[in-house]
Amino acid sequence: MIDPNKILRRIQSIGAAIVDSLDYAGSFARLFFQTLFWVFVPPFKSERTFDQAKKIGIESLPIVSLVSFFIGVILALQTAYQMQKLSSEIYIANIVALSIVRELGPVITSLIVAGRCGAAVTAELGTMKVTEQVDALETLATSPVKYLVVPRFLAFTFMMPVLTIYANLVGIIGGYLICVYRLGIRSGMYLNLTFHSLQIKDLTTGLIKTIVFGIIIAMVGCLEGLRVEGGAEGVGKATTKSVVVSFILIIAADCVFTALFYFIFP
Amino acid sequence: MDQEKIIEILNVYKTFNSHRVLNDTSLAINKGETKVIIGRSGCGKSVLLKHIMGIMRPESGSVIVKGKNLSGLSIKELNNLRMRMAMVFQGGALFDSLNVGENVGFTLYEYSNLSPKEIDERVEEALCNVELCGIHKLMPSELSGGMKKRVAIARGLCIKPEIILYDEPTTGVDPITADSINELIRSLHDKFKVTAIVVTHDMKSAYRVADNIAMLYQGKIIAEGTPEEIQKTEHPVVHQFINGLSYGPITETIEKFI
Repeated sequence: MIDPNKILRRIQSIGAAIVDSLDYAGSFARLFFQTLFWVFVPPFKSERTFDQAKKIGIESLPIVSLVSFFIGVILALQTAYQMQKLSSEIYIANIVALSIVRELGPVITSLIVAGRCGAAVTAELGTMKVTEQVDALETLATSPVKYLVVPRFLAFTFMMPVLTIYANLVGIIGGYLICVYRLGIRSGMYLNLTFHSLQIKDLTTGLIKTIVFGIIIAMVGCLEGLRVEGGAEGVGKATTKSVVVSFILIIAADCVFTALFYFIFP
Repeated sequence: MDQEKIIEILNVYKTFNSHRVLNDTSLAINKGETKVIIGRSGCGKSVLLKHIMGIMRPESGSVIVKGKNLSGLSIKELNNLRMRMAMVFQGGALFDSLNVGENVGFTLYEYSNLSPKEIDERVEEALCNVELCGIHKLMPSELSGGMKKRVAIARGLCIKPEIILYDEPTTGVDPITADSINELIRSLHDKFKVTAIVVTHDMKSAYRVADNIAMLYQGKIIAEGTPEEIQKTEHPVVHQFINGLSYGPITETIEKFI
């Protein structure tokens, strides 16, 4: 015997989930357009953007270096494992360079920044929200979007490509060290193959992606922070959600862009 | 006594999660008076203040400040109006990332054309008004609860507002600090002739600072009058509240729900 109440509850919960996601998408779009609007409204104070850029860019350098170096090393070793079977070690340089510049550099950097800085933004804005500092900003005739979201939006959008270029470089160095010192490929040849295989479009498509990822991290981080309700527990939940949502959106956007670029720039 | 009304709240409704917090609330505040709004915790007093400040929008009804209906204003007009108003939050709501001086002079640093030296002077003057001269270099985390509240008042004073809203100014501080805050609210009223709305459930503070007391209960203003009138009231709900009795009409309705 099927309990009609149970079915009703199930339908209700599906409906609630749909309404929630639509509400989220709406808030996301709204915050994004509000941010774009406030970017062009004076007064312009660049110090806050520089502060954020420092936090996002310079302070992320050590961890970005470490992770991209390892990714370069791993990639070279894994590729070598296959290529040695086919006696085609000569392709390792190409594969490492292309994988890093087109895909792994942008994505890994974005995931690191989302985990490190996106979460920090949510926690900071969330704490400001629960201690009424966001309301206080409004009473002081200041838009929270202008004061809090715009500098973070600009900083993420500008720093992501910079960090990605740096991560690409470190990753290629990681691959280079393995190939030259472990696998016996000549240094000049490796470099030659690397730069020969890379085209401008590989770099630009990677960088376009990172700008979008930067916008995603900034918007999700700020939106989750400004939506916090319910004290310390709310801040914790929002921080977790911010990281999870950023990760999902980054990977989804990556998939869309990769497909798009595959067909646009074959 | 026919005085100019500076704030008018007309038939305002506000609901949170199907709980009606403001239910046809109406209230008027005359220019230059100190109005104290009393009521139990969570009865919507702070929500009412946020409506006056334009942080929250009523579902229906209107809030009129200085003759302007807040819901009809653009962001710019609303912010211009806010420049003449200040709100002191319950926990102070000082910005943790800025020091005391930057907090107090926030609006001046952001919007005024004054030189940094002039702003510093204004900040120091505001801090001295709350008897906290010379602490502008400290960070909010280094202050006690009472000091935070006073710095928050100084932040309000710095823009020389016409209207100040206080959200539970004496909650969570020791009795002596509470009294000095009451004294401060009173003296600002006498010195600068500001209109003040004080939200509190501390009756001692209410009697001390009020020209007029209004009680908010179940989303409505159920009683209004001078402190003497309120003290002599025969309204059972108000009587229970101001005398702090655990038995009476307020708690009976709660028991009915349980």
